[in-house]
Amino acid sequence: MKTLATSFIAGMAMLTGSALAQTVAITGGTVHSMGPAGTLENATVLIRDGKVEAVGRGLDIPSGYREIDASDKVVTPGIFAAFTQLGAVEVNAVGGTRDGSISGESPFHAAFDISYAINPLATTIPVSRIEGITRAAVTASGGDSIFAGQGALIHLGEGFDLVTTSRAFMTASLGEAGSGDAGGSRAGAVITLINALKDAQRYAKSPNPSDWDGVVSAMDAEALEQVVTGKQKLLIHAQRASDLLQIIRLKQDMPKLDLAIVGAAEGWMVADKLAAAKIPVIVQPFDNLPGDFSMLAATQQNAARLADAGVLVVIGDTGGDSHNARLVLQYAGNAVANGMAWDKALAAITLNPAKLYGVADDLGSLETGKTADLVVWDGDPLEVMSSPDAVFIAGQEMDLVSRQTELRDRYMDLGGDQPFAYRH
Amino acid sequence: MAHNKQAVFAATAAAALFLAGCASADGADPKRAIANGDAASGVVKAEPSKSGPYPSTYHALPSRPTLIRNAVVLDGAGKRIDDGAVLMQGGKVVAIGRNLDAPADAVVIDAKGKWVTPGIIDVHSHLGVYPSPGVRAHSDGNEITAPVTAEVWAEHSVWPQDPGFVRALAGGVTALQVLPGSANLIGGRGVTLKNVPSRTVQGMKFPDAPYGLKMACGENPKRVYGGKGRAPSTRMGNFAGYRASWIKAAAYKEKWDDYESKKASGKEAKAPSRDLEMDTLKGVLDGDILVHMHCYRADEMAQVIDMSKEFGYKVTAFHHAVEAYKIGDLLADNETCAAMWADWWGFKMEAYDGIRENIPFVHKAGACAIVHSDSDVGIQRLNQEAAKSLADAKKVGVDISKEVAWTWLSLNPARSLGIADQTGSLEPGKNADVVLWSGDPFSSYSKAEKVYVDGALVWDMTDPAHQPVMDFELGQPGEGDAK
Repeated sequence: MKTLATSFIAGMAMLTGSALAQTVAITGGTVHSMGPAGTLENATVLIRDGKVEAVGRGLDIPSGYREIDASDKVVTPGIFAAFTQLGAVEVNAVGGTRDGSISGESPFHAAFDISYAINPLATTIPVSRIEGITRAAVTASGGDSIFAGQGALIHLGEGFDLVTTSRAFMTASLGEAGSGDAGGSRAGAVITLINALKDAQRYAKSPNPSDWDGVVSAMDAEALEQVVTGKQKLLIHAQRASDLLQIIRLKQDMPKLDLAIVGAAEGWMVADKLAAAKIPVIVQPFDNLPGDFSMLAATQQNAARLADAGVLVVIGDTGGDSHNARLVLQYAGNAVANGMAWDKALAAITLNPAKLYGVADDLGSLETGKTADLVVWDGDPLEVMSSPDAVFIAGQEMDLVSRQTELRDRYMDLGGDQPFAYRH
Repeated sequence: MAHNKQAVFAATAAAALFLAGCASADGADPKRAIANGDAASGVVKAEPSKSGPYPSTYHALPSRPTLIRNAVVLDGAGKRIDDGAVLMQGGKVVAIGRNLDAPADAVVIDAKGKWVTPGIIDVHSHLGVYPSPGVRAHSDGNEITAPVTAEVWAEHSVWPQDPGFVRALAGGVTALQVLPGSANLIGGRGVTLKNVPSRTVQGMKFPDAPYGLKMACGENPKRVYGGKGRAPSTRMGNFAGYRASWIKAAAYKEKWDDYESKKASGKEAKAPSRDLEMDTLKGVLDGDILVHMHCYRADEMAQVIDMSKEFGYKVTAFHHAVEAYKIGDLLADNETCAAMWADWWGFKMEAYDGIRENIPFVHKAGACAIVHSDSDVGIQRLNQEAAKSLADAKKVGVDISKEVAWTWLSLNPARSLGIADQTGSLEPGKNADVVLWSGDPFSSYSKAEKVYVDGALVWDMTDPAHQPVMDFELGQPGEGDAK
C-alpha cells in the first residue's frame, strides 16, 4: 500500500527532475493522437524527458526504453477536466475544507484567486487521476457577485506544485444565476458586467484605490483589466438562448474580450451565431430537463448540434464538480449516443479544453514535443466499462492508487480475525 | 420476503377505519374485492396498506401481442438467452426462450444486435415531489417542520406533469418509488408508481404495491433540526427520536390489537381514536409498510438493524448506503437490501468513504444489491451506473456477469418494493414491463429504443407518436424535441 511518505518522495523526485529522465515506449495500441498523426492502429508512442518524442507506426524503440505493451488497448492524450473544483474542496459540506468561493462580505470578487487554496494532497486528485484525468481547470464558483473570481490550471501529478497557471481565467454569471447577484434581474447582471469592464478600463488609466468610485471595488477593477484587454479569458455562465445572444452582443461591442460560455443548455438554438462569433462553449451533455426556466429547450443533442455548427465544444461538468470530475468520459460517451461524432467527443475532453484555455501548443494531443500526458485504456475510453491501465503525466507513470482503492482493498474480503484497521 | 407474510394477519385498524369512513369507495382494487366486510362490527379482513384511500386508478394502456426475437435477452433474474425471444400478450409475459411462435395478430420485432431486459425499477426517486422546473413553488418533498412526520404521504405532493417522468421512461424506467426527502427522522410514506403518463397520481399508482416508509439516518436530520435549536442535534438524538416514536407506535398498536381481538371474540369494545402518524408506524410494525432508510455509514446501519430488532420490525432497504461494502455480511444475514449509487461520494462526511465497487461488493457478500438514483439525471441512465460498478469490480477480480448484474436494476428493487410477484423479471405470467435496447445496455452508446409497461408501448425512440410530452412543455422552446 502506498503511504504518504512514498508519495511525498515520488513528488520530490518529480520536482527535482529525476523523473524527467524516464524513457518509455508504449507499443501496439490504437493511438488516438488528436494531432496530425490522427488515429493509428498498432502504433508506438515514445516518451522522453517528460515529452512526447514520437508517435507513429513501426518506430524503432531505442535501447534502454521501458516498453509498455498496449496491444488490444487504446492510447489517448490525458483527459482535461475543463470545469472543476479539484483541490479546492475536500468535503462539500465541511466548511473548513471548502475554498471554492468567496462570500458577499468580502471586499473583492473578481480579484479572488483560487490558486492560493488548491491543496495538492486533496484526495480528489488521485481519485480523478486514476480515471485518466491529467489536467484540470479549477474555477471559482458562486459567491454573491456576478464575478466568482479567477481560476487556475493544474496538472494532476504528484508533488506540491500542481498549479501550472494561476489567474488563467475569470468566471462570471449572467442569466438566472447572475440575476440573483445583480438586483434580481438578468438585465442587472448584464449592466453590472458591462460597467465593471468599463471600470477596469478607467481604473487602468488612473489606478488610485483611495479615489475610486466604480460599480466594483478597486481591487476588482484592477483584476478585470486583464479581462478587458483580452489577456485573460472570461468564462460566462448562462443557459437561455436570449442570454447567450447578449454575450454575443457583448463580444461585438468589446471585440478584445476573449469569451467562452459555460452551460449554454439552449446553445443549439443559436449555434450558428455562436460559431460566427467564435465563442467556445463548455457544455454538460446530460442537461435535458427544464431544471429552471432558462433551460426549457435543453437536450442531450446540444453538444452534437453545436459541434456540427462549427462551435468549439468542450464537455465538462458545468456545475464545477469537485469529486466526480472523472465523469467527463461518461458525459462524452453519452454525447456520442446523442449524435456527436466520436472523435469530436474525445476532442471535447482533450484537445478542445486545451485550445479553450490557450495551452494547446503544449497539451491536448500526442505530438512530438508536447508534454507527455497520456492514458492507456483497456478499451474505448468513452465506454462506461472502460478504465485506464496506465496514466502518464508529464512523462511520469502514476500509481493507480487512491484513498478509494485503499478502502476497497481493506474491505474486499470481510473475513479474518483481526480488526480491519490493521489492514494497510 | 418475510415482511409480506405478516400482512395476512392484518385485519388492522387502518383498513377498518378507512372502510368505515369511505365505505362507498370503488372496488376496482382486486385485493379490496376479497375484503370480507362485517357491517355490524366494522371489522374487515383486508390488507390495509394495499387498499386504503386514494386508490390506484391505473389501467394498462392498450397493447397488441408483441414478439421480440433474435435479441440478447436478460431475464432480470440472472439468466441470459442469446438469440432469444420474448412474447407479450394481454399485458403479460407469455413466453421467453428461443424460436417462439408469434400469434397471428402479433407485432413481430426482429431485434438482431439488440438487447431485451425487464424495465428498470428505481427505488429512490423524488420525481413529482421535486419536479422540473425546480422552482420553490414545486418544492414539495420535505415536510421540514418536525423531525417525525410519519403522517405525510409523498403521493399527495406528486405532480404528475413532471417532465422528469418522461426522461426516466426514455431511460427504460418502468416503475419507481417516490419518497419524501431525508430532512426528517421519519419523513413519511413513499409511493410506488408505474411510469406512465397520467392526469393524476392515482392513475400512476402501482396497484396493490405496499407503501414504503422513508426514514433517515445521520447528518441531514441532525443538521436541519439542530440548526433550529431543537432535537435532534446529534446522532444519539436521532436514535432517541426514532425510539420514542416506535414506543408510541407499539402502544398504539397494542390498543388496536386489543380492540381487534375483543371484537373478534364478540366482546364489547370501543375503537381507539385514530392518529394519522401512528397509523403509518403501526403499518410498519404490522409488516404492511416497508421501511426504506436513508443511511450512509456502516456503523449507523448496524445500529438501525439493532433498533429494528428492539421494536420488532424489519428494514427492507438502506438507501445510499455508501459504506454498505463494509458490512455486506451483516446486510446478508439480516436480509436487508442496500440501494446504492455507482460513484457518488465526498459531498459530506458520511459520503466520504465511497468506493466504486460498493454495489458489486455488497452483491459478492450475498446481500441484495440495488442500483438507485435519487436524481432526475441519474434515473435516466441507471443501466450505465450498473455498468460502471460491474467493470470496476471485474478489474479487481470480482467477475459478475451482466445477466446477474441486471438483478440490481429490476428484480432486487422489485423485491424491496414488494412487487416482485408482478414485475422485475421476464417470467411467464408477470407484467410485461420490458425494454428493447438499441444495443448492449452496459454501453454508453445504447439507448432504450422501445419501452413497454404491461405490454403497452409507452416509449418509442424512433416514433414521436409514442413519446409523451408533458403539459408544462407544450408551447415552450424545445417542445417535442429529441431530449
